[in-house]
Amino acid sequence: MNPLRKQRLYALIAVLIGSLLATWLVVSALSENMNLFYSPSEILEADIDENALIRAGGMVKQGSIEKSKDSLNVRFTVTDYQNELIINYEGILPDLFDENAGVVVRGNLKTDGSFKAIEVLAKHDENYMPPEVAKLIEVNE
Amino acid sequence: MGSPPLFYRWSSKIMPWLGILAIIFLSVGLFWGLLIAPTDYKQGDVYRILYVHVPSAILGQSIFMFMAACGLINVVWRAKISGMILKSAAPIGMSFTLIALVTGSVWGKPTWGTWWVWDARLTSTLILFFIYAALIGLYSSIDDKTKADRAVSILSIVGLAIIPVIKKSVDWWQTLHQPSTFTLTSSPSMSPDMYQPLLLCVIGFYLIFAFTLTLNLRNEVIDRERSKNWVKQIFVN
Repeated sequence: MNPLRKQRLYALIAVLIGSLLATWLVVSALSENMNLFYSPSEILEADIDENALIRAGGMVKQGSIEKSKDSLNVRFTVTDYQNELIINYEGILPDLFDENAGVVVRGNLKTDGSFKAIEVLAKHDENYMPPEVAKLIEVNE
Repeated sequence: MGSPPLFYRWSSKIMPWLGILAIIFLSVGLFWGLLIAPTDYKQGDVYRILYVHVPSAILGQSIFMFMAACGLINVVWRAKISGMILKSAAPIGMSFTLIALVTGSVWGKPTWGTWWVWDARLTSTLILFFIYAALIGLYSSIDDKTKADRAVSILSIVGLAIIPVIKKSVDWWQTLHQPSTFTLTSSPSMSPDMYQPLLLCVIGFYLIFAFTLTLNLRNEVIDRERSKNWVKQIFVN
């Protein structure tokens, strides 16, 4: 390679490294704030104001969903398998909302430690399979 | 290859084949994916949107990497054709990124319960879309084509840093978007009769890209070389 081209190549590599470095700095500075939600353990540790709008996420605990018969009120427990958080919500739940499935809720943490949600989002996992296969796995377990 | 008249003649021969192959792969892949592949145990039929969403997202990112490679060649070796390729690929990459964002949003509403959420994966993909827009804007704001090529080349290399962020966003942070189903280290967490048609769709989308890129590039070559003799010869006869 002739010297001029080599020089241009080095300059470009420097530009790329600089850009990667800048992105890395931004990303690591934002790191905590880039999380969409907090886990129940993080919420219990932190001192969160009652008026602060936050997102909590985790798995819906098996057998914890209690639906009211005459309203859209629902109460369930979100767990990260270490700590738990009781969620109260009034509204329509997404189709994928289920026991042992991921969920992200937005709302306020009340002083009694429960969570009043104004929005419930279902989190999908990376597994895709036909119903027959899912049944087989369930049987095997 | 590098010379415009040679490319023009060569591409007119290869274009129909690219088109035919793209149609074959896409029609088989989409027919298989949308009608024959089994429904998902949890999502039902709505998961089928991934046969468009996943290939567009892959293309949106790999076209950007391809453009950055062209940018490197353009800056270091000053090959004119690489600048033209870069310019021709940008709107295609931007379109695929937009398709990925829109189909993802349409899928998100029934599955997650929201059209949009500012999580790391979605936000970084939106940034990629804006970088494409910036590249196209920068190119059109400079009159001198050679200078425009150079500026866009450098910006494409600067912008390359967003690609690893998009890729790793679902692992680095808590996101609503699920982690990758396909990884290099473990077998895919999707059943084979679901990912086989997806593979065909991905190849089909790459072929569409090759086809539309050649189409755009031919226009660009003719436009830039319009005062040259070989162009006049083609259009006079």
